Amino acid sequence: MIPFDYRRPDDIGTAVATVTGNPRAAFLGGGTNLVDHMKLGVAEPELLVDVTGLTSRDIERLPDGGLRVGAGVRNSDLAADPLVRERFPVLAQALLSGASGQLRNLATTGGNLLQRTRCVYFQDVTTPCNKREPGQGCSALEGYHRHHAVLGASRQCVAVHPSDLAVALAALDAVVRVQGPGGERTIPAETLHRLPGEHPERDTVLEHGELITAVDLPGLPFGPRSRYRKARDRASFAFALVSVAAALDVAGGLVRDVRIAFGGLAHKPWRARLAEDALRGRPAAPDEFRAAAEAELADAQPLRDNGFKVPMARNMLVSVLTELSAEDGAA
Amino acid sequence: MTRTVDGEHLVGQPIDRIDGPAKTTGGARFSAEHAYPGLTHAALVPATVSRGRITAIDTAAAAAVPGVITVLTHGNAPKLNPPKRPTPANLSTLVSGTQVNYLNTDEVHWDGQPVAVVVAETSHAAREAAALVHVSYERLPAVVDFAAEEPNAVAQKGNPVMPGSAKKGDADAALAVAPVTVDARYTTPQHHHNALEPHATTAVWQGDELTVHDSTQSITWLRKHLALRFGVPEAKVRVLAPFVGGGFGGKGFAWPGTIIAVLAARATGRPVRLLLTREDVHRAVGARTPSAQRVALGADTGGRLTALVHTSVTRTSRVGGQPEQVTAPAQHLYDATNIRTAQSQTTLDWMPNTSMRAPGDAIGSFALESAIDELAGELGIDPVELRMRNEPERNPIDGKRFSHRMLREAYALGARRFGWENRSPEPRSTRDGRWLVGMGVATAYHPAMQFTANVTVRLAADGTVTVRCGFQEMGMGNATVQAQIAADALGVPFEAVRVEYGDSALPASVMAGGSMQTSTVAGSVLAACGKLTRRLSTLARRTGMQGRTPTEILTAARVPFIDAAVGSDTRLGALAGQARMLAKVVRDQRTWAKAACGAHFCEVRVDADTGEVRVSRWTAAFDVGRVINRKTAFSQLRGGIVMGIGMALFEEALVDRRTGRIMNPSLSGYHVPVHADVPPIDIACLDEPDPTMPLGILGVGEVGITGVAAAIANAIHHATGSRIRDLPITPDKLVT
Repeated sequence: MIPFDYRRPDDIGTAVATVTGNPRAAFLGGGTNLVDHMKLGVAEPELLVDVTGLTSRDIERLPDGGLRVGAGVRNSDLAADPLVRERFPVLAQALLSGASGQLRNLATTGGNLLQRTRCVYFQDVTTPCNKREPGQGCSALEGYHRHHAVLGASRQCVAVHPSDLAVALAALDAVVRVQGPGGERTIPAETLHRLPGEHPERDTVLEHGELITAVDLPGLPFGPRSRYRKARDRASFAFALVSVAAALDVAGGLVRDVRIAFGGLAHKPWRARLAEDALRGRPAAPDEFRAAAEAELADAQPLRDNGFKVPMARNMLVSVLTELSAEDGAA
Repeated sequence: MTRTVDGEHLVGQPIDRIDGPAKTTGGARFSAEHAYPGLTHAALVPATVSRGRITAIDTAAAAAVPGVITVLTHGNAPKLNPPKRPTPANLSTLVSGTQVNYLNTDEVHWDGQPVAVVVAETSHAAREAAALVHVSYERLPAVVDFAAEEPNAVAQKGNPVMPGSAKKGDADAALAVAPVTVDARYTTPQHHHNALEPHATTAVWQGDELTVHDSTQSITWLRKHLALRFGVPEAKVRVLAPFVGGGFGGKGFAWPGTIIAVLAARATGRPVRLLLTREDVHRAVGARTPSAQRVALGADTGGRLTALVHTSVTRTSRVGGQPEQVTAPAQHLYDATNIRTAQSQTTLDWMPNTSMRAPGDAIGSFALESAIDELAGELGIDPVELRMRNEPERNPIDGKRFSHRMLREAYALGARRFGWENRSPEPRSTRDGRWLVGMGVATAYHPAMQFTANVTVRLAADGTVTVRCGFQEMGMGNATVQAQIAADALGVPFEAVRVEYGDSALPASVMAGGSMQTSTVAGSVLAACGKLTRRLSTLARRTGMQGRTPTEILTAARVPFIDAAVGSDTRLGALAGQARMLAKVVRDQRTWAKAACGAHFCEVRVDADTGEVRVSRWTAAFDVGRVINRKTAFSQLRGGIVMGIGMALFEEALVDRRTGRIMNPSLSGYHVPVHADVPPIDIACLDEPDPTMPLGILGVGEVGITGVAAAIANAIHHATGSRIRDLPITPDKLVT
């Protein structure tokens, strides 16, 4: 780790101006990923601007039945919030499936969204990686890539985004509120993260100096009938091989509405619009779920060792939607 | 002094470990926790190429970091004697992890070999500076891909501790004509020990006297080795390791961190503490070899084995490494008419392999016990019944007698406790919601050995007993069980016994390895106590105090204490001891087939959607001879099973086949089981003493892990119908 400066400004405006004015400055939230990267040499900020006392730690009700989650809300607090558990169980389940109790106690909502890939080459500064150093090449393409992307990857980068929270937010049409040097703007959670394309070094559409201040969860009447499922290499404390966030609204045996996002398949949470479109108005039945999953995954381009993700994602989606439709019928 | 009322014996009781309070209150000081005036901190700089020469090392930026005292490289480090070629004639030569003379050569032999060390006033400064050392290399062609090298493997020479190939009859011919056969290939990856405590050394020179606190499993051998490397008499070296936070074989040898810490202390003239990072532990300590194995079985239709072939390929290094007895279980477990085992090895530009819990047997039993299960399926015979039909009366390969073998009884006990009779024979026949449920079984087997240890025991007139022996305590409970043994032998309360250990100034003992420490030390403690008992009787007769307590006898005799010693630490005594030890091991091995064994029963649940595996139930019944302490012994057995679960489902060093670099040198990337992966584990022991071992002990440190991965693979097959022959069994191998 190299020496760095640390500041704790009095307000968000100062924090944003401070980071904006220094290309080697970074915001510090819970530090559960950034500090690791500083130890590994993956990140070498010369200035850390601590925003943990600045961004809100509150969860507020919105008039439409939704919630506004302050960016400083810790993952464990968000997962335990009664309103979140009641209105958006998918969100609480996603949070609880991630990391460990200790990490969730530290990690913030904003920081969780901005954590970076766990690609082993990205994390090892002695190996080439386009995400860490553009132009070096991608070591994972021909190397170890069992965890890597099957959708939306490029020759430049096949990494996946590791956040469970982000997958649930993408499914829930959440909106990310951002404070930048030019003022405030909002970004749909689904488009916060990018596909790698020719610029894998950029994980998100945020500009340097922009700070996530809150996440809005719009009201979703069928939000209570939602679920997160995560497949991983061990029972706890492991990143997703594949995850699914889904909410389902069934009326008269037909799918009235549905929200689906996958984790572990791409450089960003993968909102499954094709599957959603295929399902609306169709019978809520396993063969329909399966056809929708296959439509979504038809463009998958697996690498040598990650083809298993395609059947895994399909099976998980079918299973989750089947369970939700049963839940719906029982209600 | 033998107490006859069974309930009064301390041996067998689940007594709390003596070192428990010190460990749970933080009072126990481990090797990186010793403070010395002027203590400095060191950090290693690992090579990032697999083979090459160092052309330049730029240390300017590192040296400029505030607090840095020196940066040592091959250009400025003190000269070291090179390690000697390993020879069984000089056991201390076997302790060197590699043949590399660290910081005394410009040659790089593996990715991760330390090529420099920074010594600084703080650990933070040392680590910051280590990251700033820039090393330039001339890269040389390196052979790093184990799978690609497999065809080039050559036959492996065995040694007295790790047997090699063996043959009975003509197994290949018998296989060719057998009516029912299984012939399959199995692979296992590189595993790392990952003890809770990373390797650590605190080294202090005072003139030519060296004191080393080191997280070692082998204080006696490490002391000899340090004397050899640093050119000082053995008497000038003291190694202390009263507490070691787990070893599993990874702390059996002297790895670069230890040598470099001592070197840095000599170079700076100040005490040095070197605590390896978790990444260092993966890169600068040997690991379990990967393996590729073939097991071919032939049987008649009644399930009698006519042919058993087990061959293995493992990996050693150009700079060290050792054979592993991968096919040893095939020489002992089944009464096959014809047997052939053969071991070969590749030699790569890699960190040398080293012992890890049940070296050879742990991975060999995966292949053999999977294949037996496959044969049971082919035959339509219950896998327990198949094993019973082939249970030998004598050691199958050579007809030696078993000193003790109660595998039948272990299976019967385990099957009853587990409820094996409820298993439906058909694979994929039990479902619970989305979970496919299966049951599996496999045999555990690990050879038992006894070496020799020097011990002194003092019985004092105040009734206290002091046992002194330079053995190791890594959490197994050895200090506790030796106190139990001595208290029973002398007829004193447990609390009256103090055990001194973990210090090379004490009488020399064996390393903690091969599951033989407890029996070895017990043998000497019993002998010493026997001498004391006889002297006490003499004193009692002389003073007319027959039948009285030791305190009364010694007080009457006006003797403050009596001592008894077993073995001698003089140069001649040590040589004699070594000869005695080798002779005993060889004699024992010629006479007996001696082992701990057991039966693992498990239930797994496999997610039909994702292929995720959860182990939901475990019963293991062992024949480990006499159990000295139910609590510590059962913990050892349980820990072996937990480690086996990791081996079966998670553990794998991700080695980049292009570069030979380990890509997951951390506990976030190298998965060991978390609590949620471990089911309740039911342990049962037959508790029947082996007649040829001290107190009948057969050792519990390693047998627990053997067979575990096979039991799980077999249960997964039963649950899903899928036979997975490549570890670890991750979800990608099962999802369909």
